[in-house]
Amino acid sequence: MNIFGSGVFQGMMVTLKNFLTSYFRKPDEGGIFTVQYPEEREKAIENFRNFPFLVYDGSPEQIRCVACGICERECPPKCIHIEMALDVVGKPARKPTVFDIDYGLCMNCGICEEVCPFDSIFMDHAFEVTAPERQISLVRPKKALLKSNEYFQKIRPTLAAVIDQKRKTAEEKKKAAIQPPATSESK
Amino acid sequence: METTEVLKNTDATQILEINFGPQHPSTHGVFRMTVQLDGEKICGLKPVFGYLHRNHEQIAENLPYAAIMPYTDRLDYVNALANNFGYALTIEKLAGFEVPERAEYIRVIMAELARIVNHITVIGFMLNDLGAFFTPLLYAFRERERILDLFEEITGSRLMNNYFRFGGVKRDLTNENLAAIQKIVSKFPAFLKEFEALLTKNEILCMRCQNIGILSGETATNAGITGPVLRASGVNYDIRKVDGYSIYNRFDFKIPLGEKGDVYDRFYVRVLEIRESLKILEQALTKIPQGEIINKKSLPLLKMPRNFKPPVGEAYGRVESPKGELGFYVVSDGTPQPWRYHVRAPSLINLTVLEEMCLGQKIADAIIILGSIDIVLGETDR
Repeated sequence: MNIFGSGVFQGMMVTLKNFLTSYFRKPDEGGIFTVQYPEEREKAIENFRNFPFLVYDGSPEQIRCVACGICERECPPKCIHIEMALDVVGKPARKPTVFDIDYGLCMNCGICEEVCPFDSIFMDHAFEVTAPERQISLVRPKKALLKSNEYFQKIRPTLAAVIDQKRKTAEEKKKAAIQPPATSESK
Repeated sequence: METTEVLKNTDATQILEINFGPQHPSTHGVFRMTVQLDGEKICGLKPVFGYLHRNHEQIAENLPYAAIMPYTDRLDYVNALANNFGYALTIEKLAGFEVPERAEYIRVIMAELARIVNHITVIGFMLNDLGAFFTPLLYAFRERERILDLFEEITGSRLMNNYFRFGGVKRDLTNENLAAIQKIVSKFPAFLKEFEALLTKNEILCMRCQNIGILSGETATNAGITGPVLRASGVNYDIRKVDGYSIYNRFDFKIPLGEKGDVYDRFYVRVLEIRESLKILEQALTKIPQGEIINKKSLPLLKMPRNFKPPVGEAYGRVESPKGELGFYVVSDGTPQPWRYHVRAPSLINLTVLEEMCLGQKIADAIIILGSIDIVLGETDR
């Protein structure tokens, strides 16, 4: 038996059920899960990637980036601009003087993070990036991009732990490589 | 002289030509239709596109192969993973990369999740066009949100995933991720049941959709239509079955077919396809093996994408994207950039029969017919 209008009525019952149950069900099971954004915030997901930033250890002078320019070359929309610093003699100092990222061009693909051999550039969680216009204000200079390793550990604990471990073992290996000749000399 | 004669005849009206779009919410983007109306009836329709043209193919021809991957996300931005899949398949064909077992399973799982996301979004928006204002759409979005959160956790981004790599995937699925997918899969049938109770027997929906915008199987095959639009017309053609690409031939699933090829069939085929996708997901989740997620040969490629030079030759890879056959044609001349790169976008080719479907229908029906084709302008205009 199908009375004309029973389908509409059935649909109305579904909406009524959803309207009532949304008040006492858990958000995970069909309840309201709207987040009142500026006041409330969802917990950030660790793997979330937004714009890139640069990591330093300790102080901003100890920047991990050596200005090799790999990310600059691999960046698909070409939004990174790097200039190598020169020391007093005029030799490349393996540090960037200029490191600009145009946030207006960046498309958050994460390729710079993937290709970086020195673990110095990573994707940030900060998404509240606004500017009055898109030409100048969105180009982030080195000063604005630098963030501490502690910040990185805070936003992406799992990845940071892996990278810290990797860097530590690499450092120990380096020390061990320097040590043997020193010990042989002392003999 | 002629016009006065026409006006004397009270039955005849003037043909009115209107521009529908490009700035109209029901055109799903910046799409324009030049519609000729006789009263309320459509007697001519010309789709005009190109407003969202971003030079995708030319940009890709000036980029290294790996850097094209994030650009493919921007083609069909509702289900970026299917685009990634198609492009990765093409380059693997070109360069002869093998994909490890686990990566294949991960690919299928992610692609089917993307199909579910796409179909529920399309159904929601189609009903929005129909006048069921936002209730079904927001029910659909509630479920979509769970899957998108999962995508964010796995791939790093909700929509622009950039997840597939040549010879594998970017990140492994953890056991927690698999459990989360399992939870979504087990909960989804209950939602579908509710969704169907809300919609499929609704008299208003039936009256608006049945026998509207009929596309015969013959016209559809001749015009090269693919995807749910073709299957709603009763033609059994699914690239997952025909090619059996990746590991799709290992799963047991059916191809839902429509009878008449009207708007209602196109809507209902999509609902049924979600059920089949859930079946595939369940099988994949039980069978997924342990192992590598990326081919060892292509690992150095991740660190130095620019050094990747596939051998001279050409390859065409295609996948069954939720919208139809999504093909990528790449010609390599041995340099780091492709010599020619072309995308066969299903949205664009499915649009070609729009006039055929709309002729003789009312202007209000043109909107739902357009909604039932499921176009994304990012893919149509490229």
